[in-house]
Amino acid sequence: MTEPRLSTYLDEFEDIPGTQVFNTFRSRQGFNLNQFCMSLMKEENRTAFKANEVDYLKDWTLTAAQHDAVLARDYTAMMREGGNIYFLSKLFSTDGQSYLVAVATMTGMSQADYQQMMLSGGRNPKGVRSKKNPEL
Amino acid sequence: MARISAGVTTSHVPAIAAAIDLQKTADPYWAPIFKGFEFSKKWMAEHRPDVAIVIYNDHASAFDATIFPTFAIGCADEYLPADEGWGRRPVPVVKGHAELACHIAQNLILDEFDMTVVNRMDVDHGLTVPLNNLFGHPGPDEAWPVRVIPLPVNVIQYPPPTGKRCYALGQALRRAVESYPEDLNVVVFGTGGMSHQLQGTRAGLINREWDTRFLDLLTEDQVALSRKEHLEYVREAGSEGIELVMWLAMRGALNDTVKEVYRFYHVPCSNTALGHIILENG
Repeated sequence: MTEPRLSTYLDEFEDIPGTQVFNTFRSRQGFNLNQFCMSLMKEENRTAFKANEVDYLKDWTLTAAQHDAVLARDYTAMMREGGNIYFLSKLFSTDGQSYLVAVATMTGMSQADYQQMMLSGGRNPKGVRSKKNPEL
Repeated sequence: MARISAGVTTSHVPAIAAAIDLQKTADPYWAPIFKGFEFSKKWMAEHRPDVAIVIYNDHASAFDATIFPTFAIGCADEYLPADEGWGRRPVPVVKGHAELACHIAQNLILDEFDMTVVNRMDVDHGLTVPLNNLFGHPGPDEAWPVRVIPLPVNVIQYPPPTGKRCYALGQALRRAVESYPEDLNVVVFGTGGMSHQLQGTRAGLINREWDTRFLDLLTEDQVALSRKEHLEYVREAGSEGIELVMWLAMRGALNDTVKEVYRFYHVPCSNTALGHIILENG
């Protein structure tokens, strides 16, 4: 009984557009990337990272895709490679960026347009509830 | 005996911490948000709880990717504000209530909630922002006017606990508190939410209608609310809107019938719909 129930549970989220649920499989995939981000909670590590990013990343055995995504600050790619936003927040905080700015980079919108959308009440859920049923 | 007199829920948006710490609370963007908690701070000052049990989630601060405890409870004497990437917040050290926390932890486990007991941890914005919202903005050399028992819930790595399980945890929490012999006035905080999504092309999702219904159901039919499935939270309230299951743990710790004494809802607060409610046991 357990396996069908879990796979149904996980599959159902895949119907939601533009959304990836950080399940235990993705947590495994992103473990080294997320632990690298955690290391930036210490000032001495932030200083070392900022001084030479490539050197600092050598200690973290990231995949090539994770490594390049970090250097490019490509948050969409980092999420795809198993990153989770609360771990990645240590990276954009090290850059002096807010959640608002970092999150907007994943939407394909400009910073100005994203912030204006939020001021106008946020993204309307109509049309982005279900891939199968875009009318919802 | 100790008793739970009220429940409070509030979003715990990290940008609120930044606004306080960088002294931007009077800016036009932030002023309405802080104004929304003026009543709440007065209410709390009059209510004078001895202990606040704060149900919140750690945002990869105390717990890294090596461990995701589903339900944990802090049994320490004190908790430092975490360094989340920009230094520790300039807020007071959070003083615990170790004796009550140990009593609750052991009772919950015997009541079949298998808690992770934490004897040392830092607390992040998920806990300190709700304290700010309800107790004001003391500096690092001052003190919070309440002792705190942190109760972190995993809502980061899926599956998080169900709303139903959180509601039942709240009910067990109440039994544990009420079996403590000392007279203590306890308030329970449920934090996080409301609708928000911090990832992907759907980021920025806000669902005022669904949020409003959620707030209504906290008093009208909390049992129906507790049966909502994760899929509905994510579809309707965004991937991070799942934090709202923690509000049900607060609700389970109160009487079946409660009085809503205050509600505040504001969009936007950074990427998030900010929601806040105060419920009193009748």
